[in-house]
Amino acid sequence: MFEGVPLSWFLILSTVMFFVGVYGFLVRKNLITMLMSIELILNSVCINFVAFNKILFPEHMEGMFFTIFIIAVAAAEASVAIAIIINIYRRIVNIDVEKMDEMKY
Amino acid sequence: MTSNQFMFLLFSAVIVIFSILTVTSRRILRAATFLLFVLVSTAGLYFLLKYNFLAAIQLTLYAGGIVVLIIFSILLTSHIAEKLPTASLMKKWPAAMVALVGAALCIVVILQYNFPGSVGSTELVNVTDIGENLISYGRHGYALPFEVISVLLLAAMIGAIVLAKKRKD
Repeated sequence: MFEGVPLSWFLILSTVMFFVGVYGFLVRKNLITMLMSIELILNSVCINFVAFNKILFPEHMEGMFFTIFIIAVAAAEASVAIAIIINIYRRIVNIDVEKMDEMKY
Repeated sequence: MTSNQFMFLLFSAVIVIFSILTVTSRRILRAATFLLFVLVSTAGLYFLLKYNFLAAIQLTLYAGGIVVLIIFSILLTSHIAEKLPTASLMKKWPAAMVALVGAALCIVVILQYNFPGSVGSTELVNVTDIGENLISYGRHGYALPFEVISVLLLAAMIGAIVLAKKRKD
């Protein structure tokens, strides 16, 4: 309970956000939209960490540091992923995952 | 209903609606804008929980950095007027079932578990404490992850430059 807001509300919110991200990752075919779904998933995990930290262990700061590290890793991941996407676009002028079978067979 | 509950419900409604729009919108630039709304209201949640420093990081790095990067790459790789093709029903249904069943399972488990009723402290986290914890190597110190993350960021930066560079041949 944080000033009237129970912990389970935060957890339900992040669960909904996580599975919306999973749905987007499974349905979308464009590489950039898949990357955006991954950002949604990472963000929902951050909400979980922060809510647990604030409501169950308010005297520690572990959840906050993990959230900071998650944000840093997400930034690194996004930059490398977008470099790869631009490289692929230069090669096959498309960023559909189903058209990327050049190295498959 | 207290004002905190009202603000939480407002932010969570924005988050849920715009995250669904992010994964269903057929125009890719609009999807990126909806993602920006989701990230900004997540920063609002952090402000509600009195983590001001974290909310500032979320706003500058996620909403300011990553979304701008995504929008730049959208503009480089696709036409703005172009609409994404809708996914086939054969693909939509299994994914929707996975998402719905997983979400229902998790929500049932969350509602059944009885969390201890600890009262969160309402005081702000001191930025001095954050800095001292990040560079201390004692108990509750984060010197090693801090160094590892800085090496990771350097490697990602070099890797991105090398990958996106134009080849000579």
